[in-house]
Amino acid sequence: MLFGRVRGTAVASIKYPDLTGMKLLVVEPLNKHLEPTGPLQVAVDVVQAGPGDLCVMVRSREAALAMQVHTFVPVDLALIGIVDELVVHPDDQFDFTLKKGSIKYT
Amino acid sequence: MILGKVTGTVVTTISHPHYKNRRLLVVQPLTLPGDPPQGDFVALDNSQAGIGDTVLVNREGNGARQILDNPDGCVISVIVGIVDSLQIEEL
Repeated sequence: MLFGRVRGTAVASIKYPDLTGMKLLVVEPLNKHLEPTGPLQVAVDVVQAGPGDLCVMVRSREAALAMQVHTFVPVDLALIGIVDELVVHPDDQFDFTLKKGSIKYT
Repeated sequence: MILGKVTGTVVTTISHPHYKNRRLLVVQPLTLPGDPPQGDFVALDNSQAGIGDTVLVNREGNGARQILDNPDGCVISVIVGIVDSLQIEEL
């Protein structure tokens, strides 16, 4: 699961029949610091997000399972939550390296 | 499963029903010294983890559906454990 910012909407009048009525949004994938991590993508919206909203998205087969009616659809990115509050501590507070030997965390 | 560190929390009031009443956390995967850092991701908490905890994360949908006991769950990443200690051998 990853963050995304809604950048716009996509309209496709001819599409896979079971996708009729689904809202398509253009989203920009983001990392935890809300920096873009790749090109714009199209996601199916199931939470009624709008342009500018910060969202949580899910990829792969689980994106199709997020659909409400038909879950066997050609979808590989879906919005599953609208972020109200995001708290991310700075990276220098943590050690992300796995050192050789024994490490105790608690 | 991968090892990661919890670095943040996410609050979503409007979310998919499969995510209701569950906590979402930001996880940064751990890497060996010298290896390039891996991209962070969002995971559903199933272990009462908090910021700063080193956690075990299942990043696969079928395992997530078993954990959440929902055969149609649209969740991929689930925090399934909090790591107490690690032993990494010198090879």
